[in-house]
Amino acid sequence: MFNIVEKRRWYFLIAGLAILLGIAAMVVSTVRFGSPVRLSIDFTGGSLFVFHFDGPADEAAVRAVLADHGLSEAIVQRLGREEENTWQVRTREAAANEVRDLLNDMEARVAPLNRDLLTYETVSPMVGGEVTRAAGIALLVSATIIIAFIWWSFRRVPHAFRYGVAAIAAMLNAVFIAFGFYALMGVLSGWEVDALFLTALLTVTAFSVQDTIVVFDRIRENLPRYRNEPFERVVNRSILETIHRSLATQLNAIFVMIAIILFGGETIRPFIATMLVGLVAGTLSSIFVAVPLVVAWELATRRRAAAV
Amino acid sequence: MSRRDVTLLIVIVVLAGLSLFIDLNISHPAWFENLMFWRPQGARTLDIRQGLDLRGGLKVLLAADLPEGQALEPTAMQTARQIVESRVNGLGLTEPVVQAQGERRIIVELPGIEDPELAVETIRGTALLEFIDTGGVYLEPGTIVTTSLGGPRTVVTPTATPTATTGITTTPTPTATLAPTPSPTATTSLTSTAEMTPTTPLTPTTEVTPTTASPVYETLFTGAGLVDVSLARNQQNVYNIPFTLNEEAAQKLAAFSTLHAPPPGQDGYYPLCIVLDKEVISCPVIQSAIPDGRGTITLGRATYEEARHLEIQLQYGALPVPLRVETISTVGPTLGEISVQRSVRAGIIGLSLVLLFMLVYYRLPGFLADLALLLYAGLNLAIYKLAPVTMTLPGIAGFLLSAGMAVDANILIFERMKEELRAGRSLETAIEAGFSRAWTSIRDSQISILIACAVLYFFGSNFGASMVKGFALTLAIGTVVNIFTAVVCTRTFMRLVFHLAGNWLRSRRWLLGV
Repeated sequence: MFNIVEKRRWYFLIAGLAILLGIAAMVVSTVRFGSPVRLSIDFTGGSLFVFHFDGPADEAAVRAVLADHGLSEAIVQRLGREEENTWQVRTREAAANEVRDLLNDMEARVAPLNRDLLTYETVSPMVGGEVTRAAGIALLVSATIIIAFIWWSFRRVPHAFRYGVAAIAAMLNAVFIAFGFYALMGVLSGWEVDALFLTALLTVTAFSVQDTIVVFDRIRENLPRYRNEPFERVVNRSILETIHRSLATQLNAIFVMIAIILFGGETIRPFIATMLVGLVAGTLSSIFVAVPLVVAWELATRRRAAAV
Repeated sequence: MSRRDVTLLIVIVVLAGLSLFIDLNISHPAWFENLMFWRPQGARTLDIRQGLDLRGGLKVLLAADLPEGQALEPTAMQTARQIVESRVNGLGLTEPVVQAQGERRIIVELPGIEDPELAVETIRGTALLEFIDTGGVYLEPGTIVTTSLGGPRTVVTPTATPTATTGITTTPTPTATLAPTPSPTATTSLTSTAEMTPTTPLTPTTEVTPTTASPVYETLFTGAGLVDVSLARNQQNVYNIPFTLNEEAAQKLAAFSTLHAPPPGQDGYYPLCIVLDKEVISCPVIQSAIPDGRGTITLGRATYEEARHLEIQLQYGALPVPLRVETISTVGPTLGEISVQRSVRAGIIGLSLVLLFMLVYYRLPGFLADLALLLYAGLNLAIYKLAPVTMTLPGIAGFLLSAGMAVDANILIFERMKEELRAGRSLETAIEAGFSRAWTSIRDSQISILIACAVLYFFGSNFGASMVKGFALTLAIGTVVNIFTAVVCTRTFMRLVFHLAGNWLRSRRWLLGV
């Protein structure tokens, strides 16, 4: 029988490295942009425009118009290829009555605007702060409920607490990796955290727990059945029995998500990519972190008992 | 196959047919659409409702803007919402949405509008309450008029709004009379006037269109003249609204009411119409002269809600709370179309891969799971159309993801089945064991997803983050539907196949993927 549990130190090391990479990205991001992940206007407040011009438009002209409207502190980025003439502009909060003039000026001084493709979004700084707070609360609440649920569903297994802790460790691992991935993408290609990112994280927590539950469920079933086998062996058997399912399920989710990333709408691409990374990390950490943790814990207590 | 399986099979086939019928992009018969009793009349259509990010338009999140520490009356917010809604309806857009979000926010969605300034102006502008002289004509509430202070706001799209007319026909208009506020001793005199003619001699002439040359009515005084308004009920359970006017308005009303008061002992005939933002809200008839600016509007057959509504409108003709714009977002119409096309393409490719994988990897059971997945997609779509669920880009992603994950339950079952077969169990016991043993895993994992969805939905509803809400909703619906299709349907299919071709299958185990 292939022994997965035996090499657990390696998995812990790999998981640790993945998290370290994320932390490094967050440090770089904090140094460069002032926060571990780049925050969108959903959190900071401000305005975001995407202008599609019907004709060549250069950055200097766009900036000149912005400056005349008191929006000189703007982040101006090109979207897509040069011939698409699409610019994304992020500024401080622009009032509704300023916007009309700004658009007219852009049209008059840069190039004709394609208003059918225009997007404009503004968030007041006040609501931004509130969203940040609520986001934190939402993450905490769902994590707490899910932990309580795991504890409840394993209440008849000896040492239910350990399973709970191990499941949470795996979940946090997945969330951390997803977070680190986003920080990295923020540094590399300017991805900003918005409400959808939070959605991705919460979904990752739920699906990561789902994977862990399936493996633990099998351990719960196998423990009384193979009473004569050592604990590690039973656990290893349980992993091997469920690994087909985990991989098959992952594969299907990956099919769908890759399809959305490649062919779907541009605006949700970071959202789906984060979810993809998180889901894969979640499955791997339920097999290679949660289960080995339970084994390590069991062996440690046994060793201590033997020493006494 | 037991009788229960046969019943289930029939249920499944009927559901499949029904959802196919609903999903098809045909014009559905009106009687069928009218079966959707949970939706208001006039909104019973089987069209997919698209969110702003798909159809283009403008979304504004408004919040009560009160100084720190000042308490917000719950009714004030409700009133503000109603006022905003009536103004938005005046824009004549199709399916505008005005919803309360939490305790102090209002979300306004305006499909097809692009000018944020116009929208914000419409929503936040102060409403004008006027008392007009119609020259003796009784105007039905809901009538749009032009007064000496100007006409109605220019409407952007001239498309007829059927919703406005239904509003008039469904609510019976209570009759109202206007009389001086009686002194405490004069309660008996009020009872004599409590009976009034329900019909006014002059019925409104069909419909007054705002654009054509309609008469210009003279404004006697505006809401600024109202000093105090309250709501009371007399011994006959008839509601009345006592009011007090300031000096200037009192003089106007005194002159007007003395001129048009009926002779003693007769019923009143001359109305004083109350107009909010050029829309008639009530037309009480003058009962007697009101010399001192202290009068009472007696509402004939009005219910408490109707009376309260009128009181609120009189009291807060303007918004009862100042509103601050918190977020605005616009999406160009073409952008939405492109998003829809791309999502559909991504969905078809992704789901085809899933279908193919299941077929190749699990053979016959995989094929049955594919059937169940198609049914799953059909049922979900039907629910979106029936409920209706507003589809957004993340909502579509949530659906696709849930479809990809939907086969997870099947995979759990089939893997279990294979194991049992390898352990030497008979075909029949292996199939049943696959379903029963996998059930706890399926249940537990679905519950954890539903928990996350609930938290997301709650978070999304509080901040107008309809994107988050859409994703949570479609994922949650998918998860519940999934339990039915992946477990119940697939099991029934398996039993049917086994029943029809059990012996044939026993010699072809490769079909089961073993």
